[in-house]
Amino acid sequence: MSTGLERDPAIEVSEDDLEALIGDRALARDDHLNAPGFVVRPDDVQSVLSDLRDEAGFDHLANLTAQQYADRYESIYHLRKYADPTQEVSVVVPTTTDDPVSQTAEPVFRTADWHEREAFDLVGIDYEGHPDPRRILLPETWQGHPLSEDYNQEKPQLVTLSEHANPVQPDHHDDESDTMFLNIGPHHPATHGVLHIETVLDGETVVDVDPDIGYLHRCEEQMCQQGTYRHQIMPYPDRWDYVSAGLLNEWAYARTAEDLADIDVPEYAQVIRTMGAELCRIASHMLALATFALDVYGDFTAIFQYGMRDREVVQDILEDLTGQRLMFNYFRLGGVAWDLPEPREEFIEKTRDFLDGLPAKVDEYHDLLTGNEIFQVRTHDTGILEPEVAKQYGCTGPVARGSGIDYDLRRDDPYGYYDNLEWDVVTEDGCDNYSRVLVRMQEVEESAKIIEQCLDLLEDWPEDERTVQSNVPRTLKPDADTEIYRSVEGAKGELGIYIRSDGTDKPGRFKIRSPCFHNLSALPEMSEGEYIPDLIASLGSLDIVLGEVDR
Amino acid sequence: MSSDQPRQSIYDSTAPSTDTRDSRIGEGADDRFNSKLREAFGSTPFILTKFDKFMNWVRGNSMFMLQFGIACCSIEMMHTYAIKHDLDRFGAGVPRASPRQADVMIVPGTIVSKFGPRMKRVYDQMPEPKFVVGMGSCTISGGPFQEGYNVVKGAEEIIPIDIHVPGCPPRPEALVYGIAKLQERIRNGESTPVVVKPYELEEFGDLPQDELVQKLADDIDEEDLVMRYNWADSP
Repeated sequence: MSTGLERDPAIEVSEDDLEALIGDRALARDDHLNAPGFVVRPDDVQSVLSDLRDEAGFDHLANLTAQQYADRYESIYHLRKYADPTQEVSVVVPTTTDDPVSQTAEPVFRTADWHEREAFDLVGIDYEGHPDPRRILLPETWQGHPLSEDYNQEKPQLVTLSEHANPVQPDHHDDESDTMFLNIGPHHPATHGVLHIETVLDGETVVDVDPDIGYLHRCEEQMCQQGTYRHQIMPYPDRWDYVSAGLLNEWAYARTAEDLADIDVPEYAQVIRTMGAELCRIASHMLALATFALDVYGDFTAIFQYGMRDREVVQDILEDLTGQRLMFNYFRLGGVAWDLPEPREEFIEKTRDFLDGLPAKVDEYHDLLTGNEIFQVRTHDTGILEPEVAKQYGCTGPVARGSGIDYDLRRDDPYGYYDNLEWDVVTEDGCDNYSRVLVRMQEVEESAKIIEQCLDLLEDWPEDERTVQSNVPRTLKPDADTEIYRSVEGAKGELGIYIRSDGTDKPGRFKIRSPCFHNLSALPEMSEGEYIPDLIASLGSLDIVLGEVDR
Repeated sequence: MSSDQPRQSIYDSTAPSTDTRDSRIGEGADDRFNSKLREAFGSTPFILTKFDKFMNWVRGNSMFMLQFGIACCSIEMMHTYAIKHDLDRFGAGVPRASPRQADVMIVPGTIVSKFGPRMKRVYDQMPEPKFVVGMGSCTISGGPFQEGYNVVKGAEEIIPIDIHVPGCPPRPEALVYGIAKLQERIRNGESTPVVVKPYELEEFGDLPQDELVQKLADDIDEEDLVMRYNWADSP
């Protein structure tokens, strides 16, 4: 693997060390396919997690999965290391059905705040000591917890409008202070979808920010739990991060399910996957740049249209490959749906043409954006996200790499064909909005390098070894109670999936770890104390997609 | 050229020069503004039509769209506005950020329970006459998410919809076709009957008392606007 700089390898922690570290607090072992799992008591959560973080170096709470069994509730904390994400450990916290109360992990990992709110909202586990135990995805007035066993979906629900009261009438949040309460969204051009940000302003300075999400909570996890592994789940990942990142998302599911059911993927299919995924990344980053320019300049006509122009080309290529412009549904478990389109030379030439034109286009972006003085004034030194804070919130992807965190699953937890290709992980140390834009722009160039190499490989691949799918049984029934968490580097960061199989052809629990969810939760850290236009710029630089935040 | 040295042309006549124009349009009346349409009217410059009909014709050819992104379809909607597909060619494509400046709302995505009341409010804020294009399967029936506990089974459960564009997501061409169809309907003065009894925003105090309302009585004020979803009744 050529990844540029060699880093100090993170100290490997063996399972014996972990056992010794957790000691008596481990009630039992509950190993997952990806990691050793330790069952701990609900009131030991904080002490175990902080020991794992401080003593063993597990500084990344990648995910929290909550689920209900027939006889108990369970919260699973998936930990890994920023320095070496292949080292993983799961902390399993069972609670009784009658009294599902568990200690909060929020003091150890800030990102547990939102995760535990979601676990309470959807599954119904209470977290003792949680600073803000509200619902997060569903409205406050919702009755019941939809992913719990006895939820009745037919029951009527009430939703109020008042929580989004007219911002002009109650002009001041409280009469004593001079602050002003401002609703941004849920219908607002700068929120990139339907996000609602409750903001308190003191003059032009942002005092308090509270992102209110859930306006696009389309029950993705429920949908996936109702689908069969083989074919019915694959269309949904396209719709999580719908900014043309479809193939990257599909890969997250493909990787998880393939590891769960032990399916091989032909090498040729891996190359096609790698190429398609990187095309998606380019399209996705182009939109991020275009909308960021729209946010910062308020300019619909120039830079935004440049981004759209280039995306059209990528979408054309992807349409040739997959048959769809946006929702590709191209990956299959064990490979991809079909080979490159015929005539193959034409497709390869078309893609090469795009790559050849790309450097000139990137230069154009640099002229328009990063070299522009106004843009620099707007973005430099605004929206600061320190690396330590970013790690606390579980930030990944370009957001983390813009804060100097050298974390890219394509290299650190290799999958696909990335291992055999020449490319670099881009990081910037600025920690500000400007660095995040720079990272995206350079990643476009890196992706182009990867695609170029894939095209060479695809062109010269032996004609009789062009297998696009391995043999996969028509019905997949992984062994009951097999649990796995796997992730890939999506366009926005670490996109992970936890699956627990229950012996049937559908997952028992399907949990999505969305990078945008974590990145967005860091928004208050980036914007409090800054001016309100910088809040908009910071939000744009996070490049969130609400479909993935809310799932 | 320094300013104390006036240009030579100032010394010449300042009367407007019409040489170019004259050579272009030839002798006689200036008919630069005459179009094929004008030609069709013959010698009279007057049109006899119903004012309503004229207004419908104008309306259909000048539509401001609401800049309203919800979900996946909004990406294709952006592409429809942007270069290559350029919806503006059809007299319908300037996205306005405020509902108060918009004539047409394209609903590009899944409506979930929390967003329903907000969408209704945005729709109410648009000035009459207003039109709605439902983009994608989610606005027709809930689409791939129809079985979700939180998904409204079609945008028509909340606001009336004039044109449904199917697809997941529809291609930009499909949306352009949908808009063109809407323009055609507006020009012909057609309106759409609402076929679903929509969910309304009601004051909490006006709701019929049942188990759910009584349970929430402590949390919600009498005057608060609420939307009640009867999931079991959904199509």
